[in-house]
Amino acid sequence: MPDNSHPLWQLFLMRLRALWREPSALFWIFAFPLLMAVALGLAFRNQSLSRLTVAVAEGPGQERLLSALAATPGLQPETLPLEAARRALATGKVAVVVVAGDTPRLLVDPGVPEGRTARLLVLDTLQRLAGRKDAISVPEEHVTVPGGRYIDFLIPGLLGFGLMSSSVWGLGWGLVQMRTGKLLKRLVATPMRKSDLLASFIFSRLSLAVLETGFFLAFARFLFDVRVAGSLLSFVLVAATGALSFGGVGLLVASRAQNNETAGGLMNLVTLPMTVLSGVFFSASHFPGWMQPLVKALPLTAVIDALRAISVDGASLWAQGGPLLVLALWGAGAFAVALRIFRWN
Amino acid sequence: MAEPAISVDGLVKRFEDVTAVDGVSFSVRPGTCLGLLGPNGAGKTTTVEILEGLQQPTAGTVRVLGQRWAEAPERLKARIGICLQETRFYEKMTVGETVKLFRSFYPAGIGVDDAIHLVALEEKRDGRVGKLSGGQRQRLALAVALVGDPEVLFLDEPTTGLDPASRRGLWDVIEALKARGRTVVLTTHYMEEAARLCDQVVIVDHGKVVAQGTPQALVAAHGGQQLIEFEARPMPSVEACRALPGCSDVQVRDGTLRLAVRGLPEALPALLRTVEAAGATLLQLSTHAPTLDDVFLNLTGRSLRDEED
Repeated sequence: MPDNSHPLWQLFLMRLRALWREPSALFWIFAFPLLMAVALGLAFRNQSLSRLTVAVAEGPGQERLLSALAATPGLQPETLPLEAARRALATGKVAVVVVAGDTPRLLVDPGVPEGRTARLLVLDTLQRLAGRKDAISVPEEHVTVPGGRYIDFLIPGLLGFGLMSSSVWGLGWGLVQMRTGKLLKRLVATPMRKSDLLASFIFSRLSLAVLETGFFLAFARFLFDVRVAGSLLSFVLVAATGALSFGGVGLLVASRAQNNETAGGLMNLVTLPMTVLSGVFFSASHFPGWMQPLVKALPLTAVIDALRAISVDGASLWAQGGPLLVLALWGAGAFAVALRIFRWN
Repeated sequence: MAEPAISVDGLVKRFEDVTAVDGVSFSVRPGTCLGLLGPNGAGKTTTVEILEGLQQPTAGTVRVLGQRWAEAPERLKARIGICLQETRFYEKMTVGETVKLFRSFYPAGIGVDDAIHLVALEEKRDGRVGKLSGGQRQRLALAVALVGDPEVLFLDEPTTGLDPASRRGLWDVIEALKARGRTVVLTTHYMEEAARLCDQVVIVDHGKVVAQGTPQALVAAHGGQQLIEFEARPMPSVEACRALPGCSDVQVRDGTLRLAVRGLPEALPALLRTVEAAGATLLQLSTHAPTLDDVFLNLTGRSLRDEED
């Protein structure tokens, strides 16, 4: 093996080895976003709507009522004494109470969604039972909108969050470690070109971001059948742009920090507000109008918006000019400031 | 005489309100070893880092291999090797990978295996840096310093914190380098290290040069002469001791009398007679030839060792 290998390649290897050989780094980069996806995917999976429980309070004609309600799709009737039925309604165990009688009465809280739905279903059943005929027959087509599930919405959000964390922490933390261990100082005492060191950080971040994205997408497809509606290449390009932009932010955060505590605090200060504001778990459009310019200007919002547009709506890369511009500005701005104020020892 | 490998003239380094280096001048001949000696905080590291191009001087001139740092820093960096006081290399990389990384920065140099061989770290070549002992880490730092085949080597406290065996192991490596004609600048607060390795010693304290010369010349000039330390009850008076033949100095430290004398053969029998004549009992008696420790003590009134921690 020749000993005079290219410095950029050696520095790149150094970065990759630091990650490959650090199980905790691999966990945070690859396993953690997946675990989040699995946990949230399970919690918010689209279940088939469960049947609504309705109580039939004991009275004349209760058998006839019970069988009619049982024959109605979506309803699950049960017979209860009136007092027990009221209690069940009050505690939300049943959605509606039908009091049997010559003219049945309804007890319902129309303020809860189940009550509203159950009331309509029960009323319809009672009218039919009393002999009402449908005026027209309306044909129905049952469809499930692809990409409309919560998990489809969540996966691009979590990927954006993962890219932000791994870029800011990976690059920033790596640099602060090198500074506190005087490795940076030792490196600048050699004829090494500083641009080689910077480039090695950028290239390792990019390669890892692509791996991270591919791994996460494959997993989302395998576990949740999440598909990218738009171009896969565009999706990966946006992810890589995001990773670079966050890399700049990580570099800036780490440019002067002299110890792990300061660096860790700064990184949390940068990443936590974005995690809340940028719509990782819910749409950022829920924030009031006056906050929207701020929210839209965050790099995490930009990368998540673009990833979602491509993945869920099948949008093209060209339609993502706005978010890409935000990412470019953050990346370029952060790199420029960081290189100016960077402290080597 | 050949041009000096390093020349330092009127070097000053001020931080906000501290003057770390205050007018230091010295020069190092090619192929020799210079030791910067002094207690912690004396300005040794600052001086060396300016020589290494890592810090800018406030005033004064520094030439390394005939060049100033401002002229062609990258070319100069390729000709020196340095060992910082402590460098934490990537723990997850192996010794061989670390040396190879540094080798890649130098346009010319020695082979990775040769550098590892020079510091006798062959059996750890494929071991992770994180698993090395303190002494092995210092030897790795030395291998990294050597892999660019430097003409001048800077070693900042290369053996601080090492056990005696590791320290002697590292001395052997440095002596082998000197034998290969390298110029070495090292800082240390171990006097025996300086005495063994250095051709020239510069003693610094509070940023100033207190004395410089060969270890032998410094001892001869400032070590006083032979030293006699003794304790007796009752103690003879300082005046009586001063009257002993060849005695040039008397100090009382911690209930012990410390005499500097020209020669033991005249002074010692005379001392014993004085003690006996006074009817005193000798409790403790030792003599020793002066060392660089004594030089420092005599020049500054303080012991180097008191300030190690």
